[in-house]
Amino acid sequence: MSRYTSVTPDDRAEMLAAIGVASVDDLFAQIPAELKLDRELRLPAGKSEAEVYELLAALAERNADADAQVSFLGAGMYDHYVPAIVDAITSRSEFLTPYTPYQPEISQGGLQVMFEFQTAMSELTGLPVSNAGLYEGPSSVASAGYLAIGATGRRRFVVSRGLHPHSRETLATYSQGFGAEVVEVGLEGGLTDAAALAAAVDGETAAVFLQNPNFLGAVEDVEALGAAAKEHGALLVVACDPMTLGILKPPGECGADIALGEGQPLGNRLDFGGPSFGFFCATEEQIRRMPGRIAGETEDVDGRRGFVLALQTREQHIRREKATNNICTAQALNALGAMVHLAWLGREGFRELGELLVRRTAYARQKLAAVEGVSLLHEAPVAREFAVRLDAPVHAILERCAERGVAAGYPLGREYPEYEDGLLVAITERRSPEQIDALAEALGAAVAAERQGVVV
Amino acid sequence: MTLVETPMQRERAQTIYEKSKPGRRAAVLPAAGVPETPLEELIPVNLLRSEPPALPEIAEPEIVRHYNRLSRRNFDLDSGFYPLGSCTMKHNPRLNERVAALPGHARLHPAQDPRRAQGALELMWLLQQSLAEICGLPHVSLQPSAGSHGELAGLLLTRAYHADRGEERHKVLAPDTSHGTNPASVTMAGYEVVKVATNERGGVEMDDLRAKLAENADDVACLMLTNPNTLGLFDENIAEIAGLIHEAGGTLYYDGANLNAVMGQSRPGDMGFDIVHVNLHKSFSQPHGGGGPGAGPIAVSERIEPYLPRPQVVRRDGSNGHGPRFDLDLERPKSIGRLRGFQGNFGVFVRSYAYILSLGADGLAEASETAVLNANYLKARLAEGRAGERLPVAFDRHCMHEFVLSGKPMKRELGLATLDLAKRLLDFGFHPPTVYFPLLVDEALMVEPTETETKESLDAFAAAIEQILEEAERDPELAKNAPYTTPVRRLDEVRATRKPVVRQPLGT
Repeated sequence: MSRYTSVTPDDRAEMLAAIGVASVDDLFAQIPAELKLDRELRLPAGKSEAEVYELLAALAERNADADAQVSFLGAGMYDHYVPAIVDAITSRSEFLTPYTPYQPEISQGGLQVMFEFQTAMSELTGLPVSNAGLYEGPSSVASAGYLAIGATGRRRFVVSRGLHPHSRETLATYSQGFGAEVVEVGLEGGLTDAAALAAAVDGETAAVFLQNPNFLGAVEDVEALGAAAKEHGALLVVACDPMTLGILKPPGECGADIALGEGQPLGNRLDFGGPSFGFFCATEEQIRRMPGRIAGETEDVDGRRGFVLALQTREQHIRREKATNNICTAQALNALGAMVHLAWLGREGFRELGELLVRRTAYARQKLAAVEGVSLLHEAPVAREFAVRLDAPVHAILERCAERGVAAGYPLGREYPEYEDGLLVAITERRSPEQIDALAEALGAAVAAERQGVVV
Repeated sequence: MTLVETPMQRERAQTIYEKSKPGRRAAVLPAAGVPETPLEELIPVNLLRSEPPALPEIAEPEIVRHYNRLSRRNFDLDSGFYPLGSCTMKHNPRLNERVAALPGHARLHPAQDPRRAQGALELMWLLQQSLAEICGLPHVSLQPSAGSHGELAGLLLTRAYHADRGEERHKVLAPDTSHGTNPASVTMAGYEVVKVATNERGGVEMDDLRAKLAENADDVACLMLTNPNTLGLFDENIAEIAGLIHEAGGTLYYDGANLNAVMGQSRPGDMGFDIVHVNLHKSFSQPHGGGGPGAGPIAVSERIEPYLPRPQVVRRDGSNGHGPRFDLDLERPKSIGRLRGFQGNFGVFVRSYAYILSLGADGLAEASETAVLNANYLKARLAEGRAGERLPVAFDRHCMHEFVLSGKPMKRELGLATLDLAKRLLDFGFHPPTVYFPLLVDEALMVEPTETETKESLDAFAAAIEQILEEAERDPELAKNAPYTTPVRRLDEVRATRKPVVRQPLGT
């Protein structure tokens, strides 16, 4: 039974009298009798807070989380250390419980956070315009496709196979509605096949989609690859990992028209995949085609600086069927977490973290390559994630490592049958050199045991 | 009126970048503990960044102060009444935050082997079952990230359903009272919107519906409806509407934004809907977060099930005395595919499932009853006195969980626009109702009090409206220049669209 209501029997009687009906049933009389549910919902009766807590804690117990294992899982979401101030600030009622800032006079806090966040993402990507956030990474890729159709009038997308499989699949799903064709370009030595990409782009291409680092962890030469898009007047869309943008050349300096990505590494939990946020930045030219909310600076009637939702004329509540997108959600709380995390890291810390990731990843890659039965899947430069091949069935190896409390990585075989023996290994600042050594040892032992047919 | 700046107004906005000074910092990172190889030896120099991004340089104490100060420049649900129509601003239980933060939930990697994420998958399966029962439809996908994402999913499902039958349809019907997301989703899904008129009782105009179906014979893919609709009224003709759409070969889509009115009372599936989206951030208490996150799961009928997004959480019966196993079904040959990365907004699922467990069958039904009681009571209070004259209800009948007033007489007689009333309410410490929606009501105010408000709050809100109207009779300028007490006063929104400044220039 709900404890979140306050209407007492006396209140109820007074309220019904004021309405002029005898019972609440009279208010529901507008529902035709045959459509009324003539029974209770088949759900358990309401429980006490303590009981609900115990039930959910028991479910949580049955998950191997990133505290229970040493985790090298990545593939788009990463186990970074989120500073304590992120939780302290995002759990404040004033940020947790408001709606979208439709009344700017009483929403200056949230709107200013959006403005600060947009500034940060714009700095990171090297593009002048950022929105306040979208649902998450892959659906942001699909939104870029919709923008590109609007900008070019064309309906053909060329995507690198290095783009996250979830992004490629989401773009394909949305393209059923867009009436667009998706053409995929393969990888060569871990990197997007430049010749095949150049051949695939033509005058009908709306956008070229790259990811940097790509799904196999390889750092792409975005500028060189993007030339094909420029030549044919297609938009260049680059999905990127925000944690690498302190050290890698920003997409805006590589000719990208749109830079976007999964924001989870910045100030967000793993949460089994969500909620997180997607970021979306673009050139000035695309500002009126942007999806999502955008905060803008302005003044009040007395000349005080203030912030509002800008460019609302793009949006669904005004433009309806002509809107640039149907998205209303900015994932504002998740974007706040990112902004606080970025402020905490700061200019120097953000670069240092990027360097730390590159160096520990290089160490891990070298360490794993030296393990008997483990070899590099590609030799391309990497930043924070890399792919290896295992000389034994990947799932069996993962199971053996899990028995030792190590989540060794992400198996590539299902999404990349050509790398059935492939394993993607992610590094964060939480993975110490000792843990990396332990991973190498676990993999070595697992491969050896598997080869010898030792039963787990 | 002489204006004295409030302390909050005196505290002019300063961004975190303006508090930055080279040399300050908060983060201390762990030592690398590995060789300090120059970066250029690991990544070609032409792929490296020359200057780090100009993030603020600031120490932790000032970061905390900065965001605490900003937080005080927000109004929020925990501070006061928030009768924002169509948004269901109900209490956000803190228990839900606690259970969502358990490491087994919050620190679970989305690519964890399903065998080691059984608790999470079981929770998702249980939530699917619960939503299926509440909606009266057998199958649920939790994947969509928000209501509008659910709409897009529903339209792509409709497309796949027709394509599978060898049909191609181009039109989607939606009432002129529909949420703006409906037509926007229709266009994204590659369809064309056909508007259906509203009758004098606030429902679908049946003659117009029949006419539109006849004009677009064999071409109507779907009808999107909200029921109760955006006027807060239950469409009594829903069974007949469903019959007409199904006869015409279309699907019937339920925008679940208003589900809070009917939980445990009436089910969209029983009304004849094929596809329903549920806003977990409305009816199921996920905090709105100042504009997200939310989640928009969809419930569908048997005939739509084959096309549901991948992956789908499934329960497989155990063998050899083992219990059931939960898994992610990635096969689904007829699926429309993925709508996003990984499995959906799991953190939202935990909160909403905790809410469903807390309320139970009895509590959910009572929540809807109380939401409807509160709305009708507030409507009755606002039918008295000045509000009754200046702000008449747009459709005079019992409402469900929300109702729409028209500020037309107020504007005509007092010169006060709905916007002015909304801004003056800010000075009284209330969040205004939704304004200027739905579009077919002049100077509309859409009021949704929700079940978690007290009678005292509703009375206070009605009294504030009365007082604003009373003072406007004496001096309409008072409301026209409101608000006075907020951190900033009325803002120039036109400028923010004509000459948008959307980031801070940092001169790097």
